[in-house]
Amino acid sequence: MSATDHHQHDESCRRYLSGLSDYVDGTLSEELCRELEEHMRTCENCRIVVNTLTKTIALYRQIPAPEMPSAVKERLYKVLHLDVYISPSGTPDQPSH
Amino acid sequence: MSNSHDADLVARLQAGDQAAYAQLVEEHAGKIYRLALRLMGNEADAEDVLQETFLSAFKSMDRFEARSSLSTWLYRIASNAALMRLRRKEPEQVSVDEPLERDDGELIPRQLFDFCCLPEEDLLRDEARAELNRAIDELPPSLRSVFVLRDIEGLSTEETAEALDLSVSAVKSRLMRARLKLRERLSLYFSQGPAVTETR
Repeated sequence: MSATDHHQHDESCRRYLSGLSDYVDGTLSEELCRELEEHMRTCENCRIVVNTLTKTIALYRQIPAPEMPSAVKERLYKVLHLDVYISPSGTPDQPSH
Repeated sequence: MSNSHDADLVARLQAGDQAAYAQLVEEHAGKIYRLALRLMGNEADAEDVLQETFLSAFKSMDRFEARSSLSTWLYRIASNAALMRLRRKEPEQVSVDEPLERDDGELIPRQLFDFCCLPEEDLLRDEARAELNRAIDELPPSLRSVFVLRDIEGLSTEETAEALDLSVSAVKSRLMRARLKLRERLSLYFSQGPAVTETR
């Protein structure tokens, strides 16, 4: 299938479109879930949409979470007048006085 | 974070215990910064949102009634702060690569390249990660906020609804639209990438 093929949904495909997100979350009703899986057995387009939708979510979950830079943290503590709780290493600590 | 942990911390916060304020910041600043960075797309704005969130939380701590967890409450303040800023600076845009949108708001998938078959190293290389970040930055803020809280930060649908002051059905609908838009964008990207010609 070429990359530029467009999904020509027929009515049966459209019927399942609104439930795809619930399906990948595992929250679609048992009955609709069974119907969709039955439909996907013969509809390659819907199978691809479901697989790539699931993969899209998985890829975003695999991106490492950005760390807060220590300078940002120090400035935050200062703005909040909590700098007494920041140790020299930038780690919040008990006040020394 | 347990309810009893929150209850104990809230009691200390409302009693004006400075160490409790430092504890609140220590426990939640990292994830609030992450959310702000994802929503704002740059470090300077994310830092502003982070500071505004805790300044605002400290000011209204007396009125916190524990109807939600501290975490969800802070997410809500941060989301509001970020969305206010985004509304001021970023009119919602429509991309030519978006899936076709029918009058009833339904999104019809167009791109049917099955990128699941690509090797993981192609899906996770730096250039692909940059595209993932660009795609999320280009979502309208109303969809981006739902996707970030639900799919990246891992909040439940109900917690996301509470943090964004939306109904559960609105969260589900926006999440679906965000996911489909991102899927469409990534399908197009991976179908045109160098990895495809190598694997064909």
